[in-house]
Amino acid sequence: MAWFSKKPRIAVDTEPQAEPRPSRMEGLWAKCETCDEIIYRQELEKNWMVCPHCEHHHYWAARARLAALLDPDSFEEFDKELEPQDPLGFSDTKKYKDRLKSTRKNLGEPDAFISGVGRIQGHQVSVGCFVFEFMGGSMGSVVGEKVARVFERAHELKCSAIVFSASGGARMQEGIFSLMQMAKTSAAIARFRTGTRPYISVLLNPTTGGVAASFSWLGDVILAEPKALIGFAGPRVIEQTIRQKLPEGFQRSEFLLDHGMIDAIIHRKDLRAKLGQILGLLG
Amino acid sequence: MATGTSYVLEFERPLIELEKKIDELKVLSTSGTVDFSSEISKLEKKAKKLQTEIFSDLTRWQVVQMSRHPNRPYFLDYVHYLFTDFVELCGDRAFGEDPSIVGGFARFDGKPVMVMGHQKGRNTKENMARNFGMPRPEGYRKARRLMELAERFEKPILTFVDTPGAYPGIGAEERGQAEAIAVNLEVMSRLRVPIISTVVGEGGSGGALAIGVGNRVLMLQNSVYSVISPEGCASILFRDAAKADKAADAMRLTAKDLLEMKIIDEAIAEPAGGAHRDPAKMAEALGKTLRKHLGQLAELSPDELVQDRYAKFRALGVFSGR
Repeated sequence: MAWFSKKPRIAVDTEPQAEPRPSRMEGLWAKCETCDEIIYRQELEKNWMVCPHCEHHHYWAARARLAALLDPDSFEEFDKELEPQDPLGFSDTKKYKDRLKSTRKNLGEPDAFISGVGRIQGHQVSVGCFVFEFMGGSMGSVVGEKVARVFERAHELKCSAIVFSASGGARMQEGIFSLMQMAKTSAAIARFRTGTRPYISVLLNPTTGGVAASFSWLGDVILAEPKALIGFAGPRVIEQTIRQKLPEGFQRSEFLLDHGMIDAIIHRKDLRAKLGQILGLLG
Repeated sequence: MATGTSYVLEFERPLIELEKKIDELKVLSTSGTVDFSSEISKLEKKAKKLQTEIFSDLTRWQVVQMSRHPNRPYFLDYVHYLFTDFVELCGDRAFGEDPSIVGGFARFDGKPVMVMGHQKGRNTKENMARNFGMPRPEGYRKARRLMELAERFEKPILTFVDTPGAYPGIGAEERGQAEAIAVNLEVMSRLRVPIISTVVGEGGSGGALAIGVGNRVLMLQNSVYSVISPEGCASILFRDAAKADKAADAMRLTAKDLLEMKIIDEAIAEPAGGAHRDPAKMAEALGKTLRKHLGQLAELSPDELVQDRYAKFRALGVFSGR
């Protein structure tokens, strides 16, 4: 096992990157993305992937997140069998079909979203979480369908809904179908809201584009992890448009809280308790 | 109707030049003693043939250029041709007025409706004011406000989509561009009145969809609708913005494509040479189509309208597995 492995910082555009950029830190030791401290990997994992020195929240894999935030053994996964197709026969520098195949082989996930039903401090929740390393967490038909079903399931079970978002936006390779997932997921929320259960949206680093501009920003309560990049357009697109450097901290969680766009910023160590608390009040 | 300098696309040029020649001959004919009438009719035949040749088989990239044609009729032109009694309503009641989306009540065939659309400018000054048809959150919030008004007064909503996209700027982000769009998607999906959305030019991503969740979604023949601009797609996926033509092909973004993929309900044929060559005729065709669909939707109860719209968007997506 390597002591260190190359670990590119996550660059975000409005739209997903052509190649997934894994932020997983492999090897026995990891280096903090912010303070460059060397951290024993096991210690980092025990600390919810938060740097014990500078509190930087590193990417936390979807399955590990769900396992840690939900009550032990409470998670039952749904819709595992949904698999992406290639409705446009899309090809850029690589065929979309091949990209799907190789990403699936690398990650063992069929697409960028895991969903199911579980419990948090005893409260039943219909829950979903993005797999960001799957093509930048981009939303195509499968992600859209799974998200819609999270709300439909919550509505049926009369339980709360929670979605953890981390996505560059719509999946360009599925063209107009990916755009339409924005309408589909938002419509599913409208229907869910005829009931009385809450939807808690948790915004992770990063949440942009068509995912930010649909179900992610429709939470009854919207939480964010510290310093997550959240917005509609990616910083690069904005810089190119206005031909100015963006101010420090622009589109970060703290900036959004200041501008009244989210309810609270929650440190990962407090996330489970906070979710439990809100569910206790509303769920 | 706003007028600007006439603009000619590269592939239109041979036709436009030929027509200019015909016009010159006509002037000569009337002023001089020489009779050019046979010459003129020959050239007119040639022009017609050329027009068919050029426009019958446009590439997707050419259609993109048509959809952005600076002489193309815009929302307010259709208001002029199709509606009477238009009362513009402004402002989001929270921050400001965004002229890149225009809306208000008007009469269609004498009956009150809510109309709204993205509005581009005809010249630089107008485009500065209209922000090239790229709304800020205020625009979307105004649109939502007007749609909710329409619901309250039980008036059908007709929206006209024509935008490169929602504006990516600092202020827009500060004031919640993503939230504004998201809320519109949710609100539109549950409104209890008929909604017909027509893409009349550019359907640029979420900024277009934010007023596009209709019981019917229609497109003019030379309009486009896509998840990202061809240039944006090219620069991200093809690593070269100059490959926009390729990206346009890959994304399949024309009215014909979207009809084939069953995303839209109808593609409305444009006059020969495109909507800008005969805006009145274009408006007439659009009006006829709107009338038909409004008639069909009038049969549905408010519950059925919501259900119809929900079912339409719920079904969109291609995947395997149950």
